[in-house]
Amino acid sequence: MKTIYLDHAATTAVDGTVLKEMLPYFSRRFGNASTLYTLGHESREAVERARKQIAKLINAEPNEIFFTSGGTESDNTALKGAFLANAGKKHIITTKIEHPAILQTCKWIEKQGGRVTYLHVDANGIVNPQSVANAIGEDTLLVSIMHANNEIGTIQPIEEIARICREKKVMFHTDAVQTFGKIPIDVKKMNIDMLSASSHKIYGPKGTGILFKRNKIWIDALMHGGGQERGLRSGTENVAGIVGFGKAAEIAMQKMKSEGEREKKLRDKIINGLLKIPKSRLNGHPTKRLPGNVNISFEGIEGESMVLMLNEKGICSSTGSACSTGSLEPSHVLLAIGMTHEQAHGSLRLTLGRETSAKDVGYVLKAVPEIVDKLRSMSATWRE
Amino acid sequence: MEKIEYSKKVMQHFLHPKHFGEIKDADAVGEAGNIKCGDIMHLYIKVADGKISDAKFKTLGCAAAIASSDVMCELVIGKTIEKASKVTNKDIVDYLGVLPTLKLHCSVLGMETLHDALKKLRK
Ligand SMILES: Cc1ncc(COP(=O)(O)O)c(C=O)c1O
Ligand SMILES: [Zn+2]
Repeated sequence: MKTIYLDHAATTAVDGTVLKEMLPYFSRRFGNASTLYTLGHESREAVERARKQIAKLINAEPNEIFFTSGGTESDNTALKGAFLANAGKKHIITTKIEHPAILQTCKWIEKQGGRVTYLHVDANGIVNPQSVANAIGEDTLLVSIMHANNEIGTIQPIEEIARICREKKVMFHTDAVQTFGKIPIDVKKMNIDMLSASSHKIYGPKGTGILFKRNKIWIDALMHGGGQERGLRSGTENVAGIVGFGKAAEIAMQKMKSEGEREKKLRDKIINGLLKIPKSRLNGHPTKRLPGNVNISFEGIEGESMVLMLNEKGICSSTGSACSTGSLEPSHVLLAIGMTHEQAHGSLRLTLGRETSAKDVGYVLKAVPEIVDKLRSMSATWRE
Repeated sequence: MEKIEYSKKVMQHFLHPKHFGEIKDADAVGEAGNIKCGDIMHLYIKVADGKISDAKFKTLGCAAAIASSDVMCELVIGKTIEKASKVTNKDIVDYLGVLPTLKLHCSVLGMETLHDALKKLRK
């Protein structure tokens, strides 16, 4: 059976060209990038080339890019690093729909004596920039708002929010793990102070990410040691991973426009097709939405059952149902946009990527209604 | 976060349940819902000569809830009311072999629905 992978928001396969670029750095070019001989220089050059490739994608300077182990570490570094470096200011503003890498870090900061405001979002998952302005106070250190949400795909008005932060002299960080390489980002034009991105969401290897940090912004390091990454992130560089991330960023930049348009068409085809199923609803914003994100709830059925039945048909998907989160609480994102437990329970997320074809979409539009019908025929609450 | 992985037996009962549906002239209909997980189960039972002659379920829920519902029907069909009232969620889990710890409450749902049905039967 063919696998139809529709969980690109979770991770992606490493692109063939990316892998080819990486391979020599595992063996022949194994040098430590901090050494003086040619072998080490080659690694250093490879790392710096990747830094440029990544900087270019978001219009940053190469020396504003710091390599990390991924999105989670970048988020932790941005928030904890800012908190630790600025003893006087203790207030952080974020939203209720952030990724756990931000939310759990905020919980930790609260335990250290920090104060965190978790802003509401509207029914489409959008943060009102005015609510950010209203929340900023004397001791506000940092505002951290994700560029796009990983579950419902809603894209935030971060340019507007960042402008407010710049005016009020408050740092602005964005978790761009879901948008980096997918929709345009210009850190200069958008007044972004810090930004997190991850390689494995853009067809690069897992375990590599970046924190973009403007040179004027001061934060503490979390890793102390040999002083790599200009002291912000000690530890011998993951050269192969970094090389892969750089190449993945370069390819993403070339493909962004055409691939975004292609995925958007397929996305809307799936959305329109699945909304023909009675008692279904789209979660997230209809247009301010990641090109590859579909998130729909079906009344009367439960998401984990859907995911497992789709798996039987070779389709990889995900859900925000309590039964699958491992915590017996439905997705915090779906609850934050005002959905009932039951609606959140019946949610299905499909995230498209480069290898998703029109044929795959046709298959999905046949498979999902069949499964919804089958589960509804077994459901205690469904009445025709 | 604990990983949820189902055994072959659970998947078999989830993907191919034998006992789903309604009994139009049921002698009792048990209902239970698990607020935590959100699963809701209805159990229809038919009694003849003091024994449960048929049982069917309708469940809104995860794979564990659907598999537990199916197994519960399997376990009570042919039993006397007396014997059926002694069926617990442990029997359901034993029949399935294993259930992920996080999913044990979904089997409790099966037991609660059964007890509700039997209570209504006695009335
Ligand atoms: C919005 C968002 N932030 C952070 C992360 C964490 O990134 P990583 O897996 O690279 O640690 C993810 C990935 O799941 C994400 O979607
Ligand atoms: Zn359940």
